[in-house]
Amino acid sequence: MKPPPFDYHAPRDLGEALAVLAETGEHGKVLAGGQSLIPLLNMRLAAPGHLVDINRIDPLDTLTATAEGVTVGALARHSRVERSSEAAAAQPLLRQALRLVAHPVIRNRGTVVGSLVHADPAAEMPAVLALLGGSVRLARADGPAREVAAADFFTGPLESALRPGELAVSAFFPALPPRSGTAFREFARRHGDYALAGIAALVTLDEAGAVGAVKVACIGVGATPIVLDLTGVEPDAVAHAVRGRIEPEADIHASADYRRHLAGVLAARAVDEANGEARRAFDHAGR
Amino acid sequence: MHSITLVVNGVVREATVPARTLLSDCLRHHLGLTGTHVGCEHGVCGCCTVLMDGEPVRSCLTLAVTADGHEITTVEGLAGPGGALSPVQRAFAECHGLQCGFCTPGFLCTATALLAENPDPSDDEIVEGISGNLCRCTGYQNIVKSVRRAAELIREEA
Ligand SMILES: Cc1cc2nc3c(=O)[nH]c(=O)nc-3n(C[C@H](O)[C@H](O)[C@H](O)COP(=O)(O)OP(=O)(O)OC[C@H]3O[C@@H](n4cnc5c(N)ncnc54)[C@H](O)[C@@H]3O)c2cc1C
Ligand code: FES
Ligand code: FES
Repeated sequence: MKPPPFDYHAPRDLGEALAVLAETGEHGKVLAGGQSLIPLLNMRLAAPGHLVDINRIDPLDTLTATAEGVTVGALARHSRVERSSEAAAAQPLLRQALRLVAHPVIRNRGTVVGSLVHADPAAEMPAVLALLGGSVRLARADGPAREVAAADFFTGPLESALRPGELAVSAFFPALPPRSGTAFREFARRHGDYALAGIAALVTLDEAGAVGAVKVACIGVGATPIVLDLTGVEPDAVAHAVRGRIEPEADIHASADYRRHLAGVLAARAVDEANGEARRAFDHAGR
Repeated sequence: MHSITLVVNGVVREATVPARTLLSDCLRHHLGLTGTHVGCEHGVCGCCTVLMDGEPVRSCLTLAVTADGHEITTVEGLAGPGGALSPVQRAFAECHGLQCGFCTPGFLCTATALLAENPDPSDDEIVEGISGNLCRCTGYQNIVKSVRRAAELIREEA
């Protein structure tokens, strides 16, 4: 099918984009990579009156990695962030997760920030932001930009804290803490599909090299990414602990019980892998 | 209506399209380049894949107006001067990498870009690289062989 008609705007700079968004209010939608929005238009599941295409605003195509973390601009494509060795060095979970997002060809257009705003409950990048405690920066024409913490950003399935008139200009992913490791495990019916369930894990060792903190973020098993603190849970009790703290729903792809089962298995594997990575980081720092 | 200019297969082309026109439809209906096929229009099948500034993208998930000013290579543009088939095209013919041919334009564009970035891919990298393209006929074995053979041809002819 084809998209319904809309008014098209192709602003050249951020100010112009924000002005159009302010004017069109709830009838305006940002078009970034289009890899989620255009399917919705083609299937007539969305019919915005105005599309604000940000693809010509080059200053939004940024990616900066520092000791604090990685800041991803609104036009940085999945593929660019995935390939960046600076970004991977500062926060390895970014590349681990991006490899699981759709197919390489989709990643050439889709943006990380678009993925966050789209807020699919089975998407990988919202879980990464939530697990790391990152934030999204939202700009608007008639006021200062606001920085929204991940915990407040994902409000429901396909719903974020973005208000009409706002544009997400960047997202910030905190760097990997010392003596830490990450992993992303998921299960999808076919490679590149949205996962039935998935787990991002972050393990931090204490100064003596014992497991200090363990956190996971679960996808596909709730309305938004679910962050669980598993600190103190024995490795062979991780699966059970996760299963007891999620309430997945059934759909045509999988039953609720199967999703709960999967989340447990994937959590045990992800925590184990993240633990191995943390140990490597610890040994490396010790030498 | 919007007037756009694309460089398609090295030729400057102009078109006047409504904003909602997909790049795939612009190529096929407005520019008469029907080599780009359209299967699903939601990004899943991959047969509409074209190269935009050298990178493979879904033309069904790109608006023609967004592509304004960019370089597009379609399957019609893969052959060399005088219509000599490219190494990727020859490899697909040689290894029976197609049957009905519906998916082939997408595979050819995807494989061309894959080999430009990674001239010597492992079998796993080939499978990963074409995982976004569906084929209802071949069972993929010969497509993987074709991509491997294309890599050889490109190396031999370098
Ligand atoms: C076949 C296929 C498989 C896929 N599989 C996966 C998968 O496994 N995992 C996954 O995570 N994703 C998957 N995706 C989606 C893909 O990752 C998208 O690229 C991503 O979800 C959205 O990014 P985008 O830049 O394309 O956004 P768009 O499609 O342009 O926009 C998506 C939404 O976000 C809004 N938006 C985008 N950017 C901004 C901004 N800067 N400010 C305000 N609003 C904004 C838009 O208005 C729209 O509502 C898949 C897509 C396809 C076609
Ligand atoms: S027609 Fe574009 S991916 Fe199927
Ligand atoms: S050759 Fe028929 S779909 Fe691939």
